[in-house]
Amino acid sequence: MKVQTAPSPTGQRGHLRLDATIASSATVVGPFEAQGPLGPLFDRVVQDDLCGEKSYERAELCLLRGAVELLLDRSEVSATDVDLLIGGDLLDQITTTNFAGRDLGVPLLGVYSACATTSESLLLGALAVTSKAASTVVCATASHHLSAERQYRFPLELAVQRAPTAQWTATGGAAFLLGRNDEGLARIVAATVGTVQDYGLKDPNNMGAAMAPAAADTILRHFRARGQASRDYDLILTGDLARAGLPLLEELLGEEGERPAHRLQDAGVLLYDPSQDVHAGGSGAACSALVLASLVLPRLRRGELRRVLLVATGSLHSPRSYQQGETIPTVAHAVELEAIV
Amino acid sequence: MEPKEYRQRVKRLEPPRPIARNALWAFVVGGVICLIGQVVQSGLMAVGYNQETVKAPTSIIMVFLGALATALGIYDRIAKFGGMGANLPITGFSNAVVAPAMEFKQEGPIMGTGARIFQIAGPVIAYGLLTAFVVGLVRFVIMGGKP
Repeated sequence: MKVQTAPSPTGQRGHLRLDATIASSATVVGPFEAQGPLGPLFDRVVQDDLCGEKSYERAELCLLRGAVELLLDRSEVSATDVDLLIGGDLLDQITTTNFAGRDLGVPLLGVYSACATTSESLLLGALAVTSKAASTVVCATASHHLSAERQYRFPLELAVQRAPTAQWTATGGAAFLLGRNDEGLARIVAATVGTVQDYGLKDPNNMGAAMAPAAADTILRHFRARGQASRDYDLILTGDLARAGLPLLEELLGEEGERPAHRLQDAGVLLYDPSQDVHAGGSGAACSALVLASLVLPRLRRGELRRVLLVATGSLHSPRSYQQGETIPTVAHAVELEAIV
Repeated sequence: MEPKEYRQRVKRLEPPRPIARNALWAFVVGGVICLIGQVVQSGLMAVGYNQETVKAPTSIIMVFLGALATALGIYDRIAKFGGMGANLPITGFSNAVVAPAMEFKQEGPIMGTGARIFQIAGPVIAYGLLTAFVVGLVRFVIMGGKP
């Protein structure tokens, strides 16, 4: 039976018109992130990489749960008032998020799009609020450098030399409270769901290059859907293309006549200082979330930024798919943020 | 843009690996490790070992030093500069066994450390044995069973 389909309500597949407010945010980071240029802007710094736990996986859980608890505490919202927690992380079966759901006792939707999880959870949260299916939504992501190394790369003490294009998974957790309030940090007005791109790159030590085409595609689709250009934005913040991927994105956008220049920045470049020896820059599910919460949202609230496009990018490979010689599919989801007048 | 064209561009924009600097550091670090090995060997010979009997205790001491440096979290830092200069000596083999043994302790003594201890060194051992078998077979065919 042929099913009748209607054209996309927004005229662009995957584009969403949204109306939600980010009421508040909270961040918890590891000591290494606190030494970076954004160090003073984070809400809480844990004393060591283990966060007082017995494994790095549990430490990651401590970061995610810590960020959500801090968020609820400072917003004076109790866990029983939360309609929905949407979050994700990088570990197998997104155990960090699922275990946090067990500990927090709130209705949980675990999502995964690797390092694009931040914008995926924000756009789903905003969608739930816009549709009035939920009034109080928490979006949260976390990653941990050492648990990611264990899962994706080599044992921590193994003698290996990293490539110049390799990236450093951020240790931290960030949480955002979404609702329909008139006051808050910023408004989410639109989003574009990314299509999965694969240009045949295979090197997990150069994820920035693999993800740049996904970012370019999503940004251009978002502009088309909104009738915008890069000059309409004060900031286009990509998630973790880092120093290897950002110039590639600039070239790809330039070929389509978009030259955002200084408006285009990358969270992976902003999170660490080059002297911290993180090679191409930061990455990880928490990377874009930490920069958004600590640097971008306060500037939107103060009116220093009027319009921001968050484009978190994710590499969708697994250690197994890489070992079997598969290429790296990537995705980017865009969330458009506006200052509250 | 065509994927192939993009891949060529990625290659062009990729920052070059500092091969000359890496090679120099590998030479220095590998050289220092071998120098330590030589000091150990000469020391043992001074206390009565001969050219034949000194080999095993020297290797054992170097494996121990590699394991100790790994356990103290020093060896991976040496390798950051030394690269293959730290991987190739027997201390590097020691690191390749001790690092996963430490790493998977969290998953328990059987399915963790026990199952994963040769995760990195396993291929070296497996193909080392295979190579030795093939070479031995070739020698037997050509020269017979004579020692």
